[in-house]
Amino acid sequence: MQWLDAILQGILLGGLYSLFATGLSLAFGVMRFANIAHGDLIVLAAYLGLVVTSSLGLHPLTAALLIVPLMGVLGYVAQRGLFDRVVGGDVVSMLLLTFGLSVVLQNGLQGLFSADGRRLQTGDLVTASVPLPGDMAIGVFPLLVLALAVGAIVLLEWVFARTSTGRAFRATSDDREVAQLMGLDIRHVYGIAMAVSFALCGLAGILLGIGTTFDPSMGPTRLLFAFESVIIGGLGSLWGTLAGGMILGVAQTIGFRISPGWGLLAGHLAFLVVLAVRPQGLFPRTRDR
Amino acid sequence: MTPAAPMLATRALTAHYGDFQALWGIDFEIAAGEVVAIIGANGAGKSTFLRALTGLNRAAPEMVRFEDAPIGGAAPHRVVRMGIAMVPEGRRLFPSLSVEENLLLGGEVGRDGPWNLEAVYALFPVLRERRRQPATTLSGGQQQIVAIGRALMGNPRLLLCDELSLGLAPVVVQEIYATMPRILSSGCAVVIVEQDIGQALRVADRVYCFQEGRVSLSGRPGDLTREHVKQAYFGI
Amino acid sequence: MASIPVAPLPAAPGAGFHVVRTTRTSRVTFAVTVALVALMASMPWWADPSTTSLVIEFMYYLAIAQMWNLLAGYGGMVSIGQQAYIGIGAYVLVWVALQTGMHPLLSIPLAALVSALVAWPVSKLLFRLPGAYFSVGAWVVAEVFRLLFANYTPLGGGTGTSITASLAEMDEWWREAALLWCALALAVASMLGVYLLLRSRTGLALTAIRDSETASESMGVRVPRVKLLVYVAAAAGAGMTGALIYLTKLRVSPDAAFSVEWSALAIFIVVIGGIGTIEGPIVGAIVYFLLRWALADYGTAYMVALGLLAMGIMLFARRGVWGWVHARTGLELFPLRRRLVLEPAQGGKAKWRPLPSSAQDTKTP
Repeated sequence: MQWLDAILQGILLGGLYSLFATGLSLAFGVMRFANIAHGDLIVLAAYLGLVVTSSLGLHPLTAALLIVPLMGVLGYVAQRGLFDRVVGGDVVSMLLLTFGLSVVLQNGLQGLFSADGRRLQTGDLVTASVPLPGDMAIGVFPLLVLALAVGAIVLLEWVFARTSTGRAFRATSDDREVAQLMGLDIRHVYGIAMAVSFALCGLAGILLGIGTTFDPSMGPTRLLFAFESVIIGGLGSLWGTLAGGMILGVAQTIGFRISPGWGLLAGHLAFLVVLAVRPQGLFPRTRDR
Repeated sequence: MTPAAPMLATRALTAHYGDFQALWGIDFEIAAGEVVAIIGANGAGKSTFLRALTGLNRAAPEMVRFEDAPIGGAAPHRVVRMGIAMVPEGRRLFPSLSVEENLLLGGEVGRDGPWNLEAVYALFPVLRERRRQPATTLSGGQQQIVAIGRALMGNPRLLLCDELSLGLAPVVVQEIYATMPRILSSGCAVVIVEQDIGQALRVADRVYCFQEGRVSLSGRPGDLTREHVKQAYFGI
Repeated sequence: MASIPVAPLPAAPGAGFHVVRTTRTSRVTFAVTVALVALMASMPWWADPSTTSLVIEFMYYLAIAQMWNLLAGYGGMVSIGQQAYIGIGAYVLVWVALQTGMHPLLSIPLAALVSALVAWPVSKLLFRLPGAYFSVGAWVVAEVFRLLFANYTPLGGGTGTSITASLAEMDEWWREAALLWCALALAVASMLGVYLLLRSRTGLALTAIRDSETASESMGVRVPRVKLLVYVAAAAGAGMTGALIYLTKLRVSPDAAFSVEWSALAIFIVVIGGIGTIEGPIVGAIVYFLLRWALADYGTAYMVALGLLAMGIMLFARRGVWGWVHARTGLELFPLRRRLVLEPAQGGKAKWRPLPSSAQDTKTP
């Protein structure tokens, strides 16, 4: 039972991880943009949530309704003002620019908020649970996170498949030059993609802040979890990223049950095993070229 | 020369790829309703010329005038909005999109005109049956007409066709060029870049020959002899 | 830019040409460097311990930066995980100090060997990841090592351990001197190693790969082999440096030894100084130390400033400080290009003409 419980917790954790990862996956899919500051943006959103909840007295989930669009706008501005110069260029510049941003964000947040751990207060939400047969229980909050993660993926898949924005994303990702010849303003398309990526970070950040104690240095590990989820699941597939997140979550929770020091390690090892055995990931998107 | 004012004209157009100069001062004109062909060997600068017209290659503003306005160096998506559309060399359809989605994307530019999804399917009925298929699963010839249809969806005033016959069987090429009159009748002018000289001379009202980045010959097909063309093509 | 005209060879008999690498600037630089190194090596006799420590620190930062530059600037492999090998080097030291009777200084060469051995299979995994994902993947590998050592108590576990005891028998003066000389040797060796590698055929292959992997492969360059060589060399260098660093710090913990801060340091130094140049890391290290000295009291503001500086350089001055200097003046302290020197038929001064841009030009991204 203990193991079943661990697996269940891991699956739910996967929901959170896939939320971390979806924005990363989107940015990479549309723009080949690997954002080293991705995890720090999630943490930034948690702190924005802190500011909004404490100054406006809102419930964190209500605050999310403000934060998510705000992050979206930030993303659009960041893309057109900052990242645009390195997108489509060489990998080195992109990585180093976002690495620098990561350092700025971590230290900036530490300077503003100190290194103390914080939490977004939601009263009973994080402790409420739904009882299951066999003496197990599922937390209501993790279920909510998973539901939101799935919802986000469903929404994004719909946007990709059925809207002209989604078509623009796919076309730009396929062939940036010809996409321009079709009248698409590439800078704007990239801006929208980054806006969505940041917005997802916004949602992930609020949920992170509700569920865990957060501090400015947490960004890099979130990036690693997001990255591992994407690679385990397979590049190019959002549902794959969800599966990847769940596998990572399960590996971590099982590892943690074996010994607390092994939690993170088990996750990383699972990633390396997938990399060794099936480097394209478990559910890669194949495509005719 | 043509009596009407040219729809598009280039004056001393130059183009570079980094340090390498590909075009050395091209003077070119096309009027509404004309079909103008550009022939030349590989590397002569034909595709570079089209890229300069569409804004993919930088050019000085005055070097390219379209409908009496300088457009040289304008961003490609603006050029398309102004009414110049391209059928790229090698088709270059979007693999992630279906046939219909490729066509719809061509229409993103939102210009008014006779071309829409229905009109394109009417012109190329075979596409209607395959509308939901991923575009790159079609045969070469079918992909070519998707590419043409995609460009037409932008309701262009000027259509640039880069190497329509590339990699296609002659019979298929004939069929494609047979649709040219329908395209012209909608008010377009068409520039075709062709490796197949015979095809180019059959279809075009006027022809330019490029050789190492310069215009080596221009005129009406009827006025040019085979010898003329051969010399201009090879630069001898 | 028009192609550089090369003067025709003189027709007179007896005239010829030869190809040289050095320039007057480089010969001067070489002399100055030798003098500086000799001066620093003599420090145990006249300098006070804190200055010596500073020089040691500068040298090992420089070594880390050169290794990272080799990997990223020349090899095109941006790794945020070189701290894996710094940590491995540190733990080789711990093992040597705690579990063997060997002299701790021997851990330095041993660390190179162990790091190289680890790097080989790790590269097999990491090279499966495309460009950007390689960087983060390397970071994951470093994290794995960190967690492994944190869970392995015989070498100190999560809280770490001290190796002071193993050095107790060494005379204080000799210990400081030995560390200084090792640090100097490491810094010099890392620069020399990079310089010689780039001047060799492998170096030519590296530059070709950086310009275009596909084209190089089609010309017969064994791309995987070259990349592996560079990765392993950089790992060995980082390992040796790790052992040295913790010989000076004396206390090793997994969180410190495997910290991503080491990569951050390397990245800042190289980026600010000028990625893809040999002179860059030197300039970058100087700038870094100056900044640290100037902003030491400002805590997080200092890191923010570094981060912003790195971002600014990536956006506006991609070639870094040295790259800017080189672009303005053509100055090159450690030239890699070959030059054609024409000898006139009878007497007179030899004139040289540079060959048209050879593949050995360090093309910064």
